[in-house]
Amino acid sequence: MQDFFVRALLGGVGVALITGPIGCFILWRRMVVFGAALSHSALLGVVLGLGLGIGVTPGALIVCVAVALAFLALSRDGRVSEDAVLNIVAHAALALGLIALTLLSSITGELLGFLFGDILAVSAGDLLWIWGGGAAVLAVLIAIWRPLLTMTVHEELAAVEGLPVAALRITFMLLVSVVTAVALKIVGALLIIALLVIPAAAARRLSTTPETMAVTAAGAGVVSVVVGLWSSLWWDLPASPAIVLAATLLFAFSLAAGRPLKTF
Amino acid sequence: MQHTNVAGPPAGIGSHLAGEVLLQVAGVTHAHGAERVLDRVDLTVRRGKTVTVVGPNGAGKTTLLRIAMGLLVPQAGTVQRRSGLRIGYVPQSFAVDATLPLSVDRLLATASRSPAARAELLREVGVDGLGERPLQVLSGGELRRVLLARALAREPELLVLDEPVQGVDIAGQAELYDLIARAVRSRGCGVLMVSHDLHLVMSTTDRVLCLNRHVCCEGAPESVGQHPEYLALFGGVPRGLAVYTHHHDHAHDEAGAVVPLEGGHSHPRDHAHDHTHRH
Repeated sequence: MQDFFVRALLGGVGVALITGPIGCFILWRRMVVFGAALSHSALLGVVLGLGLGIGVTPGALIVCVAVALAFLALSRDGRVSEDAVLNIVAHAALALGLIALTLLSSITGELLGFLFGDILAVSAGDLLWIWGGGAAVLAVLIAIWRPLLTMTVHEELAAVEGLPVAALRITFMLLVSVVTAVALKIVGALLIIALLVIPAAAARRLSTTPETMAVTAAGAGVVSVVVGLWSSLWWDLPASPAIVLAATLLFAFSLAAGRPLKTF
Repeated sequence: MQHTNVAGPPAGIGSHLAGEVLLQVAGVTHAHGAERVLDRVDLTVRRGKTVTVVGPNGAGKTTLLRIAMGLLVPQAGTVQRRSGLRIGYVPQSFAVDATLPLSVDRLLATASRSPAARAELLREVGVDGLGERPLQVLSGGELRRVLLARALAREPELLVLDEPVQGVDIAGQAELYDLIARAVRSRGCGVLMVSHDLHLVMSTTDRVLCLNRHVCCEGAPESVGQHPEYLALFGGVPRGLAVYTHHHDHAHDEAGAVVPLEGGHSHPRDHAHDHTHRH
């Protein structure tokens, strides 16, 4: 195996291990639109990272965190629906990112890579971000698992029982921001949400507890990455779309193989 | 505006009732935007006593519960909860996303770590053997019982129930209220409950608060059920109108100020206001 392919595998697997469990909470907490908004606005982070010379991933991280906090502040207002706010923020950031990237003519050629990922160009530095960031996200997620799950079941119930719901909500949004930023290089701004949602959805019918669903989602993500990368190699397909398609096939299999809801 | 926990039972209205004060709401006023939903509401819940809030839709019942539990800070007035008060809450709406694989037992496990205690609670609320069932396939009545079991699993000193028979058929409603009354009696906790139907909860309630943004009338259930404001809100006609013996617990002096009388229900507002709140 060539080095670039090993790095691609390591990067993809690292991202899948963390998008699986985080994606489960995104489904359970009905935050798919939030996840999509973050991933779209990550493109603006690319511009910031390149413009400031701090690197793509830190730039994306800064913008994702800023968007998450802006959403938190705006949604508290209550005058606009959360979905509307998210779509406004996401697409404004996406449009701004596209224009800014085009104006920086030197990197126009890389635009496709930022939109759809460039997993075969993953560097050793990227791997450090993915595995370091991923380990940190996983550690925090495990630490807050119990209260976050209780809050996901019913937020007011959790608040009455003394759980710090506001802090938990912010923490989870920051986790999604980190995952989005480190996954940007791998799957691109437009497809990150797919890697969050599809493996988790594929795990749903195969799981009877939240924990098994999180682990199964991580596994489904890893399988998608490996299958997608190999088929990209064999058939010369674009890698990130092949990974997303592999995950979609897994989801279709899970519908056929999974037990019906009533008897799980 | 104050929002505090206090160590001792605060002195105050209703002190003729036995039992330690668990929760006291005084002069609470709150608005959503420009619309005032609560106007100078007082409420006291004591250990071992059940207080039921009745009122039409939009009367501010759920807002009052949320303020009482500290989920919402009122714009004016005070809320005092006994310090460290353990609340068991049964919310009105409860919908877990279809993508979350959560069994009944696992839901209870977020409140009690003992499997034996969880199984015993499910037996007590009459859904024995449903432990492994996913939450999403429960019937309305089963879900209400499971939520009650979860609230009880916290060994609460105060049980807060928002429309606890929501989604339950008429026959099941009385049964569920009986179940709640039994569970409360054996534990001696205080209860703050919102209900649509005064007559269903009459026998198991110590005190009724008739709410329509302000407290219309308050007192023993039989007394409130005959009160003209209650009847105006709920469209009933007092039985035996000719021999109607309703008496007030207060009179008005020349200046219109309230002068308390003995017994019966209390009415914290002057009687001169309009009784037919249309919204």
